Amino acid sequence: MNRPNEQEHRAFKAGCAVGLGFTQPLSLMRRGGVGRILAVQSSDGNQEVERGLLEMGFVEGAQVEMLHYGWLGRDPLAVRINQTMTVALRRCEASAVLVGPLRDAAVESAPVMTLEYASS
Amino acid sequence: MTTTTLPIDESRLARIALVGPPNCGKTTLFNTLTGSRQKTGNYPGVTVERKSGRLRTPVGHTVELLDLPGSYSLRARSPDEAITRDVVLGRQAQEALPDVVVCVTDATNLGQHLRLLLELRQLDRPLILALNMMDIAEKRGCQISIDALSRQLGIPVVTTVAMRKHGVQDLLNQIDRLLQQRPGADGATAMDAWEEPSPDAIRAYHREVERVLQEAVIQEGAPERLTRQIDSVLLHPVAGPLILLSLLFLMFQAVFSWAEAPMDAIDAVMVGLQQWLSAHMADSLLKSLIVDGVIAGVGGVIIFLPQILILFLFILLLEDSGYMTRAAFLMDRLMSGVGLNGRAFIPLLSSFACAIPGIMAARTIAHPLDRLTTILIAPLMTCSARLPVYVLVIAAFVPNTTVWGGIGLQGLIMFDLYATGIIGALTVAGVLRLTVLRGARQPLLMELPSYKWPNPTNVLLGLLERARIFMRRIGTIILWVMIILWCLATFPSAPEGATEPAINYSFAGMIGHTLAPLLAPIGFNWQIAIALVPGLAAREVAVAALGMVYALSGDEEAVTEALSVALAQDWTLATALALLAWYVFAPQCLATLAATRRETNSWRWPVFMFIYLIVLAYIAAFITYRVTLALGGG
Repeated sequence: MNRPNEQEHRAFKAGCAVGLGFTQPLSLMRRGGVGRILAVQSSDGNQEVERGLLEMGFVEGAQVEMLHYGWLGRDPLAVRINQTMTVALRRCEASAVLVGPLRDAAVESAPVMTLEYASS
Repeated sequence: MTTTTLPIDESRLARIALVGPPNCGKTTLFNTLTGSRQKTGNYPGVTVERKSGRLRTPVGHTVELLDLPGSYSLRARSPDEAITRDVVLGRQAQEALPDVVVCVTDATNLGQHLRLLLELRQLDRPLILALNMMDIAEKRGCQISIDALSRQLGIPVVTTVAMRKHGVQDLLNQIDRLLQQRPGADGATAMDAWEEPSPDAIRAYHREVERVLQEAVIQEGAPERLTRQIDSVLLHPVAGPLILLSLLFLMFQAVFSWAEAPMDAIDAVMVGLQQWLSAHMADSLLKSLIVDGVIAGVGGVIIFLPQILILFLFILLLEDSGYMTRAAFLMDRLMSGVGLNGRAFIPLLSSFACAIPGIMAARTIAHPLDRLTTILIAPLMTCSARLPVYVLVIAAFVPNTTVWGGIGLQGLIMFDLYATGIIGALTVAGVLRLTVLRGARQPLLMELPSYKWPNPTNVLLGLLERARIFMRRIGTIILWVMIILWCLATFPSAPEGATEPAINYSFAGMIGHTLAPLLAPIGFNWQIAIALVPGLAAREVAVAALGMVYALSGDEEAVTEALSVALAQDWTLATALALLAWYVFAPQCLATLAATRRETNSWRWPVFMFIYLIVLAYIAAFITYRVTLALGGG
């Protein structure tokens, strides 16, 4: 159907979670929330978590959407990346991903598939 | 191609390697390309499956196609992925460097999947990009300029729809073209220089993928809707676990009810064979060996083939459709409570059929400690080989009545035994992770692929492979054990005028009598002790062995029925329950220990597994026996 509007609507709904100019770790994102990754930093020494996240598509500029929480302890999380790939990860690792609002100036490094939203 | 095939010089065969991320349709493409002309084996030292197949290219080259384990990156995180890396880099022992690498990607997820191709391109070796699932991408309105993509990447690009043989000809032509200009080992320098990409290098790959796609993608495809909608039900906090539970229930129901007819048929064939041989062979040691040893023993094991195949049919369907990762998602929190990964759910589920494929499936778990824990608890999942023992003992001692309004008591006990195994496994996992296998909790990072209809060819080939592994096991280890067991139970033969059953005077009898004092505290008599000895090789053998001890002969069904009566007279309820408790834990399977030895590549872990299981079994049987006695079950 008309996706961009639905997308806007979802972004609006997530507004209170992501907020304007408000950043938060992916682990605190509300279900249904949409945002753009600002930074991926690992706290472990060998950068294992950071590399793992990057390899699964959690890279700066990528668009993320929180789809599902697990039924026990609301863990793990299912996150849609750039509307193409869904990845499951635990809150613990998700805290290494910093997410900002979708309509951010990160357009420079925005992936192709999200350009239409950034310009709409 | 009218001439008969000439013997092919193995060393001169061109080798093509298929590389790609998981869920990109690589295996389907492999199956389409090679059909049934494929063989599976193992890489030396590890039990990673090596799948290869021969095919003839349009020009007439015969090439060997190698299906490498799925990998998101050359930076390997699991033993499976390490094989992919080592083969591609030419570092794998006894595996020649591939002449051409075909990188298979999912056209609907190029943004994520192209990064692996860029990593491969760095190696400076002949490389082809196969854009798979192009039909789905086009259906979603996606338009990709193949020329632009090929120009940007500097390598040939073909589109394929693996399921429909579409584009396969293009791919073969490209392979032929690259084989004409086959380089020597001049790419070696780039490969020697390879090192694991740093986080910033991975970011650079991401940027390069974006740049390439900006040039090559004419029209973005619409995002997939169906998978999202299905997931909102299947991953729902309430509906999700309930659906998973119902699926598991359906699966076990199927394993027991659907398998009945084929199992009866196998049984009938075995009985017919025994009767025919009994009628047509003169009484001799050889006849006894064939009828009582080989046919009775092998028949007692082969009868599980239908159950194992049905269980694997479910597992393969769930895996191929994409549901397995959802099950892992739903189970992750539960498993992480005892230090396991949600992915351990799949190997543990397989272990309900047989621990060996379960232990092998643990390869997909990236972290060594997670993997080892999963392997060590796999034998606690009630495998189908325990069933005959459970059925026998329950039929003999548990009245076939209903409790609590319609629940069969026998079924309830059976369920208890399964539950005890699962609870035991989780407890052991928790304890292991706090003691021997202490380590940081490992991250879960798992793609939840789009749902798709399972591919019949993939499922069928997978089932055939399982059947082959099972039959090979029967033809080798189980056959030999049966022959040895028969020898132990037959020699030395009973003296003249013996009153006891012949087995009492044999080596097996001597071993049983020696062990009996050790097993007396848990209520086992010498007959059980004798049966446990061969039962160490394979659990299901214990029933046949008990039959031998109680001097019964005839077909398996008759043995089981008559044995039930004999046992009910000879054993106390406490002994029977203690035996059940023993069977929940006891390491009664040599093949499992052998598989653990192969998978962990050391004797340490199978020995550890054997000791901890036998200690647990003894304790469980002891407690059960004493408690039942105290409650008046003597």
